[in-house]
Amino acid sequence: MKDVELKMLERAKQLLESGEVARVIGWKKGEFYFDPAPASFETVEELGDFVYNGFCGANLSKYLIQASKKEGKTAIFLKPCDSYSFNQLVKEHRIVRENIHVIAIECQGKLDIEKIKAQGISAVTEVEEEGESVTVSSLYGETKLNKAEILLGKCASCKGKTHQVKDEEIILHEMPAPINNRFDEVAKLEAMTEDERFAFWREQLQKCIRCNACRNVCPACSCVKCVFDNPASGIEAKANDDKFEEQLFHIIRAFHVAGRCTDCGECSRVCPQNIPLHLLNRKFIKDIDGLYGEFQAGETDNGKTPLTSYTESDVEPNNALGGEAK
Amino acid sequence: MQEVTTKKKEFTPNIVAFCCNWCSYAGADLAGSSRLSYPANVKIIRVPCSCRVNPTFVLKAFQQGADGVILCGCHPGDCHYVTGNYYTRRRMALLFNFLNYMGIEKERTRVEWVSAAEGQRFSAVMNDFVKTITELGENKRLTDLRVKEGE
Repeated sequence: MKDVELKMLERAKQLLESGEVARVIGWKKGEFYFDPAPASFETVEELGDFVYNGFCGANLSKYLIQASKKEGKTAIFLKPCDSYSFNQLVKEHRIVRENIHVIAIECQGKLDIEKIKAQGISAVTEVEEEGESVTVSSLYGETKLNKAEILLGKCASCKGKTHQVKDEEIILHEMPAPINNRFDEVAKLEAMTEDERFAFWREQLQKCIRCNACRNVCPACSCVKCVFDNPASGIEAKANDDKFEEQLFHIIRAFHVAGRCTDCGECSRVCPQNIPLHLLNRKFIKDIDGLYGEFQAGETDNGKTPLTSYTESDVEPNNALGGEAK
Repeated sequence: MQEVTTKKKEFTPNIVAFCCNWCSYAGADLAGSSRLSYPANVKIIRVPCSCRVNPTFVLKAFQQGADGVILCGCHPGDCHYVTGNYYTRRRMALLFNFLNYMGIEKERTRVEWVSAAEGQRFSAVMNDFVKTITELGENKRLTDLRVKEGE
């Protein structure tokens, strides 16, 4: 991973020095090794903090909504799954494609610090990835872990290693094959009874503190004016009632991105309460695939989405259950 | 000392019916002028087109105490705005499936196509829907408890 980081840094320096781009969007060092944060670098000096490691799971595409409207070009590093969000934003005219230079970078699957901590390792200082195994160094010594066990939730069901868009690429190693199991959990829920499902979601959603992190991080949630910011909506903040508010919030949020959600998994990654929000979005994706034909949002930067098109022989709502026509 | 009565009130469902202006609302009108009956607990909300019904409307209806929500529009192909009900069909198929995924009974939500000439059908559909909801019981899963206070 170190060689990829150096190559990226070198290229970022080149682009900034030559004046080809006005800013580079990447990740910068956090307080610890495991908390790099998305950042915009405008000078070569600022690049001193540049970093790319196993904890750079954040999807950077959404930052382009602001950046691409500024003066000068913006270079951005995109992992394969981020490129879907990028295309979707281009399709919705939220970002200006001409002002962006996309650098496709390799991704070997990103790591979840919480899962590492759960293994009893604290004070992580460095992580070395080698194929299937990961060596975690901490203040208290080194531990070898199985990579599959500490992958981010979204990477544990990776949907592809092909960039949907790129202007150039920095790919030095072969990327592992995608893992195709993203509907397993949804199917498991579908197999439950209504009461069990209700109990499951009730338990999950009552943890919600309405911090709006899922909304703010979502590349598909990019309305300038959001319904949840409207004080007259009745759902602006969480009421002192655990039954209804968050249910409505999550249904509306999931429906608003139905047919546009690329399944980047950021919502679940940022949720401070560990609510499996991606399972809500995936239900819509699964239903759309089952009822209206396979569709992957962000595969192209043009064309219609399933909810803005129709066919005359669509299934009747009363007969559609569990994503398949009865 | 005053005696506390705990007599259980008989359940009469609250039904919200979104009817499109061009077909179903006229169908309801025809049902009325033909002297066909449908239960009084169906509250009709007239919308320009079934496609006007934002999923939030359905949720809001449930929040405010509806026990069932039904959407009525023109038959596919007969939409006054040509394609509105085709979009409704997809949208509501996904929404109702999703509500079911969250544990809300599928029977509480329904979409029916009723034309302006189908007064008979309108009455039959409403009678049937009210019967289904009465059997199903009160909506407790997708409602704001605060609206039930004072009842």
